[in-house]
Amino acid sequence: MTTISENTQAASVAKRDEATGLIGFLPAKAARALVLGGSVLTVASCFLAWTWTPTFPGDLTYYGSPAGLQLQVLVLGLLTALFALSSYGVKGTRWLTPAGADAAVKVAALATFGTTWYTVAAISISLGGPVNLEPGGAIVALTTLLTLLGALALPFQRPSVHPVDPEDTGWDQLKHRAGNGWTAFKGAFAATGTARKLPPMHSSVEILIITGILAVALGVFTYGVGTEYDELFVGFLITAGLGFAAINKSGLMQQATQLTKKHQNLTIAGAFIAAALFPFTQTDDQYATLGVYILIFATVALGLNIVVGLAGLLDLGYVAFLGVGAYAAALVSGAPTSPFGVHLPFWAAVLVGAGASLVFGVLIGAPTLRLRGDYLAIVTLGFGEIFRIAVMNTDGTSGPDITNGSNGIASIPNLNIFGFDFGAEHAIGGFTIGRFANYFFLMLLIMAVVVLVFRRSGDSRIGRAWVAIREDETAALAMGINGFRVKLIAFALGASLAGLAGTVQAHVTYTVTPEQYLFAGPIPPNSAFLLAAVVLGGMGTMSGPLVGASLLFLIPNKLQFMGEYQLFAFGVALILLMRFRPEGMIANRRNQLEFHEHDETPATPAKAGA
Amino acid sequence: MTTTTKTADATNAPTAGETVLDARGVTMRFGGLTAVRDVNLTVNSGEIVGLIGPNGAGKTTFFNCLTGLYVPTEGEVRYKGTVLPPTSYKVTDAGIARTFQNIRLFHNMTVLENVLVGRHTRMKQGLWSALLRLPGFKKAEAEATERAMELLEFIGLQDKAQHLAKNLPYGEQRKLEIARALASDPGLILLDEPTAGMNPQETRAAEELIFAIRDMGIAVLVIEHDMRFIFNLCDRVAVLVQGQKLIEGDSTTVQSDERVIAAYLGEPVAETTPEAEAEAPAEEAPAKDALTKDAPAKAAPAEEDAPSEEDADSEDADEEDADEAPADEAPAEDAPESSDTPESSEDTPHDPASGKENDA
Repeated sequence: MTTISENTQAASVAKRDEATGLIGFLPAKAARALVLGGSVLTVASCFLAWTWTPTFPGDLTYYGSPAGLQLQVLVLGLLTALFALSSYGVKGTRWLTPAGADAAVKVAALATFGTTWYTVAAISISLGGPVNLEPGGAIVALTTLLTLLGALALPFQRPSVHPVDPEDTGWDQLKHRAGNGWTAFKGAFAATGTARKLPPMHSSVEILIITGILAVALGVFTYGVGTEYDELFVGFLITAGLGFAAINKSGLMQQATQLTKKHQNLTIAGAFIAAALFPFTQTDDQYATLGVYILIFATVALGLNIVVGLAGLLDLGYVAFLGVGAYAAALVSGAPTSPFGVHLPFWAAVLVGAGASLVFGVLIGAPTLRLRGDYLAIVTLGFGEIFRIAVMNTDGTSGPDITNGSNGIASIPNLNIFGFDFGAEHAIGGFTIGRFANYFFLMLLIMAVVVLVFRRSGDSRIGRAWVAIREDETAALAMGINGFRVKLIAFALGASLAGLAGTVQAHVTYTVTPEQYLFAGPIPPNSAFLLAAVVLGGMGTMSGPLVGASLLFLIPNKLQFMGEYQLFAFGVALILLMRFRPEGMIANRRNQLEFHEHDETPATPAKAGA
Repeated sequence: MTTTTKTADATNAPTAGETVLDARGVTMRFGGLTAVRDVNLTVNSGEIVGLIGPNGAGKTTFFNCLTGLYVPTEGEVRYKGTVLPPTSYKVTDAGIARTFQNIRLFHNMTVLENVLVGRHTRMKQGLWSALLRLPGFKKAEAEATERAMELLEFIGLQDKAQHLAKNLPYGEQRKLEIARALASDPGLILLDEPTAGMNPQETRAAEELIFAIRDMGIAVLVIEHDMRFIFNLCDRVAVLVQGQKLIEGDSTTVQSDERVIAAYLGEPVAETTPEAEAEAPAEEAPAKDALTKDAPAKAAPAEEDAPSEEDADSEDADEEDADEAPADEAPAEDAPESSDTPESSEDTPHDPASGKENDA
């Protein structure tokens, strides 16, 4: 009977000791050779023409000079080849895979395959059929496929699975078998070991390595921001996402984390320097614009992370505090449409903006923070809308004339700090620094303040109290924590940080209108996107919201073609991420253990990275 | 009922040490249900006091009244002479720390961080101090960490300081909860079933730990079901049945008390009470026929669970009748203290006698 045969097969899988590949028909040695050969060929075929016409963006028609998507495939092909060499144990490449090479090879091959086939498909679809591929395109498609097959044939330790119960109904058996298949599939890509400890190095070498890592990060970010057409950006997402995963599997990421943890302050300082170098990599102000908006979004997300990630208070109206700060700064900026004819210097405007948000934070928080959980979310959601509608109505007809209603406050003058005009271009060391780049630097400074606040408050008596409240409020109270007071501090602190960012935002955008501060909308920042940035990036971590905010800003910005499906795609992506990586893209150790408690615990428990 | 309570109080009055905890006439009502009725309890320094009773007797509710999680409907709780504020965190600040019946650690914090949270009230560094790293900040953090590590050493978890609390085995989680409570330098620690779910070895270790806590000069009030544990450990034991204190005294007194046995075996109190009450003044005598120490715990029947209102009513009435006799028989035993209540009944929620103390 079929059921019995299925059962024996499953049982044999469970007890089979020798490792086999996901694809059975290739012997391990041949598979490994195939991966290496295929990846080398992939690299080579990036130098061929992939299509005959320059109509496809990026112009992939040249021999000998890879362009656009070809470059991405080239990088991934090189990565696969290096990992494959490392899996052979070739001297000089072994350091690449401190946690075992096979899983890294598999993911890298998958990444190469993904980007290449995406490119080939994009060419075929946009030009009307595969006939538009030059031989180079066909070759690269074939080589990447072979590489992937080879990689999948690499042996791995199959996870033991429960055999199918023959008494189950057919549907249950099917589900069970699918589950087993999925377990095996996951096992194929699971890293085999934990990264070995870094050899002791001179600290200058370590710092050099950190510098290198930061330089690569800056390069990747700059490349991503600078992608000029949709195909390139989608390719970038595939390349960066899977390439990152491959490096992660190789164990290099773990080692990098060890290093950066050791030199944490230095790494953060270095990251800021790298970020400050970003405008110098740009020839015009176009991408600095994106940069400054990303920074505003990320800064506010980091502020929200104190409220949501640390103290566990679900705030659905957070963008209103950004709005309060922006409006407060706009009102005292000397804008001609502001009913107050005052023009305060920037430092005073910052104080006014942050102060106004603080006051609103306390006003909203004091009555509502006695509530727990859902009720707080509802009240804050309401507050967000109240802010927007109140600002709409204080236009002189429905209410007092304060905010000009839906017209908002326009023509906010550029900042001028100590004679440095933010509206003008400046030449620094031969580089022209435009208006947005100026604001980029200012925003970077503000973000540094927020990072400092996040780090220092998180690692203190009050930060521990926040986390304790989040974990178990009753127990926290019994430990002598004044829950209400501590929550109010978190809420007010988060609000004033958002207000701080708002003061700069008002000047960057020239105009503040109520429609900039919605609960949900296609353009970040809005409350839903802010929350999504925190959750996607990783709650309670510092870098998580920054990464989340960058992605959430760049993706809608770059993928214009998605148009009205944007929010739908966003929702799908959110569901998928929450299903497969609930702790967010960057997880601190706490969350990783929280959501994957059945997985192995890391061998070296380190302090949770905040 | 009240009279017998007083009897016990009087016997144990001469115990040495200053009074750390003084609960007077604590009553807790949830709507119509009186979970704790007019309970008096004192704990002196250097003393381990046990609180036992069948399931649903109101032990944990009484604990919650002591620690400010609940505000008692009537009565007051004094800690070293001052009336405790009705807020949980202020109670901890005053010097009463507690553990929970079902472990309530901060699961996703490390072991060390858990203890540091317990240290919260003894540190004064606020947000500004943390943000600006004011001079005292580093020192205070270092001191707190040092103290926390001492406590972890005390319970033997110093090697697991960086583990997540949730990854500790059950017994160690219990210990960690005690260490977290000790971190606030309390004068009194309330342990809510510290050995629930432990094997005999672990129970013995917990016993040692509690003695060690006592030797640190901290008074201990402990709720437990394990009779052997409680009678080994405690200087005095109070028995709570259906929200009322049945008896209080040293272990032999309590073990031999027939009403306690009756309560644990689930016999209707009404049938046995008259005899029990009659024998009450001479409690030592019938000790021989007492059950073995831990038998009552095992025998505690399900029907004792969560007294319903009807039960409380009928039992109450029965007991009131029964109370008349001993009150007359042993007037000398009556404590000169307050709350010599006339018979309170469910129909008159505002008991005049307890009402006079109802200023908390």
